[in-house]
Amino acid sequence: MCYLLAAAGDLAQTQILIRESGCSVAVQAAKHRRVSSAARVTLNDGRGGAWGDRTFQAVTFTFAAIILLLIVTIFVVLFVDARVALAKEGLRFVTGQVWNPTEGVFGALPYIYGTIFTSLIGLVIATPIAVGAALFIVEYAPAWLRAPVSFVVELLAVIPSVIYGFWGIAVLAPFLRDRLERPLKAALGDVPGLNQLVQGPARGRDMLVAGVILAIMILPTIMSVAREVISTVPGTQREGMLALGATKWEMIRGAVLPYARAGIVGAAILGLGRAIGETMAVTMLIGNSSTKISWSLLTPGYTMASAIANQFADANNSLHFSAIIGVAVILLFVTGAVNLVARLIVSRFGGDTRATGI
Amino acid sequence: MQAQLATTSNATRSRLNLQATDTLAQRRKFTNNLMTGLIGGSAVLGVSILAIILGYIVVKGAPALNLDFFTKNPPALGEAGGGVAPAIRGSLLIVALASLVGIPVGLGAGIYLAEFGRGRFANIVRFIADLMTGLPSIAIGAVAWALLVKRGFGNYNALAGSVALAIIMIPIITRTTEEILQLVPNNLREASLALGTSQWKTIMSVVLPVARGGILTGIILSVARVSGETAPLLLTVLGNSFASNDLTGPMAALPLEIYQYATKSPFADSFTKAWGASLILILIIGLLSLSVRLTAYLGGPKGRR
Repeated sequence: MCYLLAAAGDLAQTQILIRESGCSVAVQAAKHRRVSSAARVTLNDGRGGAWGDRTFQAVTFTFAAIILLLIVTIFVVLFVDARVALAKEGLRFVTGQVWNPTEGVFGALPYIYGTIFTSLIGLVIATPIAVGAALFIVEYAPAWLRAPVSFVVELLAVIPSVIYGFWGIAVLAPFLRDRLERPLKAALGDVPGLNQLVQGPARGRDMLVAGVILAIMILPTIMSVAREVISTVPGTQREGMLALGATKWEMIRGAVLPYARAGIVGAAILGLGRAIGETMAVTMLIGNSSTKISWSLLTPGYTMASAIANQFADANNSLHFSAIIGVAVILLFVTGAVNLVARLIVSRFGGDTRATGI
Repeated sequence: MQAQLATTSNATRSRLNLQATDTLAQRRKFTNNLMTGLIGGSAVLGVSILAIILGYIVVKGAPALNLDFFTKNPPALGEAGGGVAPAIRGSLLIVALASLVGIPVGLGAGIYLAEFGRGRFANIVRFIADLMTGLPSIAIGAVAWALLVKRGFGNYNALAGSVALAIIMIPIITRTTEEILQLVPNNLREASLALGTSQWKTIMSVVLPVARGGILTGIILSVARVSGETAPLLLTVLGNSFASNDLTGPMAALPLEIYQYATKSPFADSFTKAWGASLILILIIGLLSLSVRLTAYLGGPKGRR
């Protein structure tokens, strides 16, 4: 039987095989032959296999290399095309508050500000709800209800962005305008300080509405990661807390949440990464009409992504084109950095639980 | 009378004592109930948001659906009737073309990472693929726009859209393929190799068939994901109010049609059309996701046999 191995195509592999497991594997494999049609067909492969192996590896290697090529292309294209605007504006491209294509002045700060503002609104709304839903699934729901609830919430991630945007225009924006923005304006309008939050008319196309739709869209991301993290909390932690006479909530607050805190933060940052890059729904709901930087939730502003989606069609001179690509470069770096941090936190946390798990 | 008073005051005193512990217990109980309510409430909220959105799409979209909607071209702006046939065709064409490029590359790269992927090169590819799945689709759209619309063709074209979608698909397929292949037990590989089968035939006729279900799942999920992508198509394909099968020109697509009807058209009928197009898009994506469950069901047991 071992002789048969020696005739195999890939010599290195079989040698390792022989060394590691002796002939018993070969014997088993020979028995297996009767049922394995694949093996029967290829048994007489002889030495031709070595050539086939090399070709196969080379082909799959090429495909893997294409991924590297893609990321290099993405960066090269973006940097080459953004160079003109970045060279002209320098640091003012990030700090300038005026974006005026007709005069050739490009400061992207209002877009950066809009992106951060809407993403934070989305995060502040979505995180508690997502963590609550995750806690429900792991800690409260009966076994038969767990899979359906997480499946349904995760389905929110399947709905395309443009449908969120349209639903937002048709349903959410009018609802929020009448039921949230106007009462909010009436309540806070005369309060010094807080009235900064509700400057301007309530139109239903502003930071607040964009933030709310973002909250809905990042809910499944945060929920599913938080659920995984919470379910890694060892049962002994819970039992210890309950044995001290804690109520269920005290158990969650004292044992589950502290243990899962880092992972939940990672989940939220992952959601933030999604919110920052989100385009269509935000573009359709944020108003896209003011580059004023203001604290007001009712500002009809821009985000970086919505600025690209709104202006690409008008980019007829090379400077404007270059400036739009410049915004894409910033967007790329911000989302890349945020995702990297989130992944590090989540994976670090996952590793820690395995290492310290009691 | 006095005796009675004394006993009552005694009673109140002991009740007060009890109340001290009572209020603490009550407060804990109250907090517990409140948080239970809030936690249950957020789960209900998450589920009901989906129900509300899907409910709107089905209820408002269903009346728009009829044979004309699937087969006719869109009418002149503002007129009732007509359909979104070019958009459906355009979406299928663009996504099919993207799959034609994206699936082989993603699959091949995934096989490489799982079967040969030790060492620095493979780790870099893994890292890059992970990074790419997190990139905003509009950034990839902007690259395709800069490279293929502004520089390459000089006009908006469907090919650029397919390229953008393919770039979005590749890392997703790569990572799922690799993950699934790593689940295939190593003794299957060893048994096949021990019979003298070459490694590539082992991969093709032993490893891949076992992992078929999972790989298909990854592919279908990535197709479902790009079917709904709008931003990269907007920057490259742009949309077209006329029927066109020209891959080198602007083309209609379902997500773009929804965007147009929802934002650019002031007529009452356009919302009806947008709901209808949304329902079709959701149905396509839903059917794809459903077939994932089917293939997982069919592919799983067969591979083990």
